Amino acid sequence: MTQQTASAAISPVISQSSALQRFVWNFTDTFVVMRRNLYAYQRQPELLVFATIQPVIFLLLFTYVFGGAIRFSTGGDYINFLLPGIIIQTILFASANTTVGLSVDLSKGIIDRFRSLPMSRAAVLAGRTSADTLRGAFTVLIMIVAGYIIGFRFEDWGSGIMGLLLAVAFGYAVTWISATIGLFVKDPEAAQVAGFIWLFPLTFASSIFVPTATMTEEWLRIFAENQPVSVVANTVRDLMTGTVNPDEIALSLLWIAGIVAVFLPMAVWRYARVASR
Amino acid sequence: MPANYAIIAEDVYKHFGDVKALDGVSIAAETGKVLGLLGPNGAGKTTLVRILTTLLKPDRGQTQVGGLDVLRQKQQVREIIGLAGQNTAIDEILTGRENLEMVSRLYHMPRPAAKRRAQELLEQFALTDAADRPAKTYSGGMRRRLDLAASIVARPSILFLDEPTTGLDPRTRIAMWDTIRSLVSDGATLLLTTQYLEEADELADKIVVIDHGKVIAEGTADELKANMAADFIDITVANPHETDKAVQLLQPLSDESPQADEGRGHISLAVGSGAQSIAEVVRLLDAEAVAIAELNLRRPSLNDVFLSITGEEIVEEEAKPKRRGFGRRRSA
Repeated sequence: MTQQTASAAISPVISQSSALQRFVWNFTDTFVVMRRNLYAYQRQPELLVFATIQPVIFLLLFTYVFGGAIRFSTGGDYINFLLPGIIIQTILFASANTTVGLSVDLSKGIIDRFRSLPMSRAAVLAGRTSADTLRGAFTVLIMIVAGYIIGFRFEDWGSGIMGLLLAVAFGYAVTWISATIGLFVKDPEAAQVAGFIWLFPLTFASSIFVPTATMTEEWLRIFAENQPVSVVANTVRDLMTGTVNPDEIALSLLWIAGIVAVFLPMAVWRYARVASR
Repeated sequence: MPANYAIIAEDVYKHFGDVKALDGVSIAAETGKVLGLLGPNGAGKTTLVRILTTLLKPDRGQTQVGGLDVLRQKQQVREIIGLAGQNTAIDEILTGRENLEMVSRLYHMPRPAAKRRAQELLEQFALTDAADRPAKTYSGGMRRRLDLAASIVARPSILFLDEPTTGLDPRTRIAMWDTIRSLVSDGATLLLTTQYLEEADELADKIVVIDHGKVIAEGTADELKANMAADFIDITVANPHETDKAVQLLQPLSDESPQADEGRGHISLAVGSGAQSIAEVVRLLDAEAVAIAELNLRRPSLNDVFLSITGEEIVEEEAKPKRRGFGRRRSA
């Protein structure tokens, strides 16, 4: 190859960079893409407003419509039971954005731009999942404010904040599942459905809204007690109401790590193969 | 392989189910030259570009870009190429400046350098006035310019432009040609795909004609035309209803059947020697009282070349394929 067009090199060359430098670029690339996705939320404020109002409506409906009936099985104030659960639900539903957002990107030319750049392969995905996680975290803050207005109180701020961090970490793990789905469903409208549909059984057949002990079918109860959403919801609930149970926390962290360990590589693998048209 | 070729594809196959998008295509683009890949929709142009730019894996075949193996040295290839695809690859929500800064950052330029480069490109592509407006407010021509700007952020030595002017109005298209010429003036290699013969003629040093996944002709524009060794007479009859009659009358003058457009009363006739035949045309039509509105003698165009090779007209603007709706809204 004749070096005929030795134009001034204005960007560092990946193939000649150290492994450390390339490792660091994974994060800087992710940050650049994350910022791009956050701009999108910032510039469509109505999106953020409705995404925030929806869980608040859920919170109010469940507290005042079902709260009276459910209260007897939760032993005490339903709001203390509900708010931690509904935070998990909010974070699960927020992850559906990852599915939709990715499939929208895939249907546009921008993904070809990304794929033809010498950037980190995982950054397009990680930039999406981290932006959606931040957005989820923002919604969680709103939920806490709304919860405080209608009577929720942290038993202990330290463990409460630990609980919120755990919820956000779980949300991050789940966005990788959503990302994987988004990479399989390329049509944005199909993604609207696909992004949510798998969340319903996991959300409702869990300890988010009701204690699993009240479920009448045994198989359902066993599933509901052991599936990760319940495990994490119970842990977050305990932390937010002042109980620190190391075993429970360890199990939750294990689920979070396990989900990321399976779905992050799967999404990256799928991304490398997916053609946008 | 010869060292003075920046882009080489050898015997590349890519089938999508029954569709043979590429059926044994070989092309080579000389370093520093413009190779025009000409063909109608569905000929396989975009598939070949996507393979050469690491976006798609061929079923088989050798591909080299800048002396690098496209399949095995993907990241290195991505460092030296620029791509402006058929779908404008810009983020609609970001401003023009943010788009360019983002791409610069993804080439790992430090932030100040990225800002400088974005500003440079905005100036070069006459986008400074719109620099801080979201790209979704841009016109079709502005989007293409922004897309082109993004593709040359890292000053690539090898550039791929996939139908850069499709969907643009004629005036914008000609402005785009000037932009493209300036991009390659400092020695970059360009692979340009187009379905416009005029465009290949204007921009390309060498043209490869591709149809149904196969190369059907190649050479310079002049070489392609010379192979025809014929002149063309374009006739417009005053009354379009007489087109058929005129075709019947003129048929004996040509070895090939004349191309006729009955709606407009337009007939295109391939003849051995233009100067002789033009008198014949007038005589034949006049004898049967077919009034002539317009009469032109011309050298063959690339459209005629394509027609004579494939028997089909090049697909023109109106017959563009349906595209996905996303990101395609063009503001006036």
